[in-house]
Amino acid sequence: MGLDVRAFLALTSAGFRRWSTYRQATAAAVFTNSVFGFLKTYVLLAVALGAGGAAVGYDGPMLVSFVWLGQGLIGVVMLWGWTDLADRVRTGDVVADLLRPVNPLWTYLAADLGRAGYATLTRFLIPVAVGLVYFDFFLPTRPASYALFTVSVALAVLVSFTFRYLVNLTAFWLLDVRGVMLLAQLMMGALSGLYLPIRFLPDWCENVLWYLTPFPSMLQAPLDIYVEYGGIGTQLAIVSGQLAWVVVGFTACGWLQRRAAWKLVIQGG
Amino acid sequence: MLSAYTRLLVAQIRSQTQYRLSFLADVVSTCLMSLLDIVAVLVLFRVTPALGGFSGRQVLVMAAMALLAFSLSDLLVGNVERLRFYIRTGLFDVVLLRPLSALGQLLVIDFAPRRTGRVVQALVILAVALFLVDIDWSVARVAILVVTPLAGSLIFASIFVAGATVAFWWVESGELANAFTYGGRDFTTYPVSVYSGWFRRLFAYGLGFAFVAYYPALFLLDVPDPLGAPIWLGWGTPVVALLAMTVAACVWRTGVRHYRSTGS
Repeated sequence: MGLDVRAFLALTSAGFRRWSTYRQATAAAVFTNSVFGFLKTYVLLAVALGAGGAAVGYDGPMLVSFVWLGQGLIGVVMLWGWTDLADRVRTGDVVADLLRPVNPLWTYLAADLGRAGYATLTRFLIPVAVGLVYFDFFLPTRPASYALFTVSVALAVLVSFTFRYLVNLTAFWLLDVRGVMLLAQLMMGALSGLYLPIRFLPDWCENVLWYLTPFPSMLQAPLDIYVEYGGIGTQLAIVSGQLAWVVVGFTACGWLQRRAAWKLVIQGG
Repeated sequence: MLSAYTRLLVAQIRSQTQYRLSFLADVVSTCLMSLLDIVAVLVLFRVTPALGGFSGRQVLVMAAMALLAFSLSDLLVGNVERLRFYIRTGLFDVVLLRPLSALGQLLVIDFAPRRTGRVVQALVILAVALFLVDIDWSVARVAILVVTPLAGSLIFASIFVAGATVAFWWVESGELANAFTYGGRDFTTYPVSVYSGWFRRLFAYGLGFAFVAYYPALFLLDVPDPLGAPIWLGWGTPVVALLAMTVAACVWRTGVRHYRSTGS
């Protein structure tokens, strides 16, 4: 089940255009993400101040860019609310996806990359600009950090996509995925470094998250690379970890999708 | 009248419990979600000994009071958030046609029983937080402890209603209201002294969030405000709640009058 490059790019640009029509929703999301940006910045700056200037190796400017880049990446990585596939499973439309001569995993991926591209231009850039204007924002000292950050964001989108796809696939068994979705969103928010840098957690907890869950690879990874937490060695290790999760994610999606196709019950008919 | 609401309520509860596994995941995640705010406070105090001039235990009292007020309002009016869904799909026409109050119906149709668990959880957390600090109990302090969460929940409820009303003008307002509802919850979790500039002025005084937990907690703990506000402001919560409700009611009425069906 191949998918040629032209079809993939066409789907990607369709994804981009689809999301570019949701202008009101994008504006509302940018506004909300920015308000939360202010909130988190003040709290984390107070933490750094209380801890004597730096909290677990993050000083004020590092925390500022951690917060604002994170707020911008919420939309790009799409930590919340993607139920396209699950909705189609519930209505039975997914049959059409499975009948096409291309694997739906790749068509949904293409569309998601288009979405992420649009989000980068809007939901990422605007909050980051707000953060740059209002606060003392950390800028990387090594040029390589910018390149690594870009790679890391792309990998984060892939890791997040595979996780969201897996959660959506559970609809084949559960039909109503609201509860599972809520649980998944909760984990993506709490364990990815969005609420707090996960380095604030006890060491054992942090290690479990980095090595045994994909969540830090979705957000904390690019943020730590940008603020140059540790040297270039640490940055490369973070990217390799993300790569590993991309491989694990796509393998799991392929496997579960085959199982799901076996299990398929057509609703309604 | 009452039985009509009760039937809508029972139907809602029954439909929610149909998909058992999903309902269970729903309950678990809602409980975890409210615990998360408290866990966040604990994690932050692993890293720092003080936040905005307050100790971990003091902040925990504020966070618990904020959580209780928020959970109460979320239970009562949280599903008013669904208004934009009703407007987009045209279901709001149905709501308006019935001989019941539009707001009342909205609150009942999507009533989420799982949210009662959150209120209980918040009560337990508040009890623990109060146990961990030294409070010189008096009649005034007990009174403030009882009145504040109720009045605070009315402040949140007003924000919920006013925020949802935006959908009358701006259907795809999406998460806009979240900035003030959930944003307000996060804001009230921490002492006001943490924030600064226009952001503090807007959230703490403009929207009244300083009265949900911060000022009453200062009164309970008998700690002066590092920002210099008088201690009796702890009594201000009901007054602010009344003001907020008046504004929210006006906004809601204007919104309903402004409503034009989407035609779908």
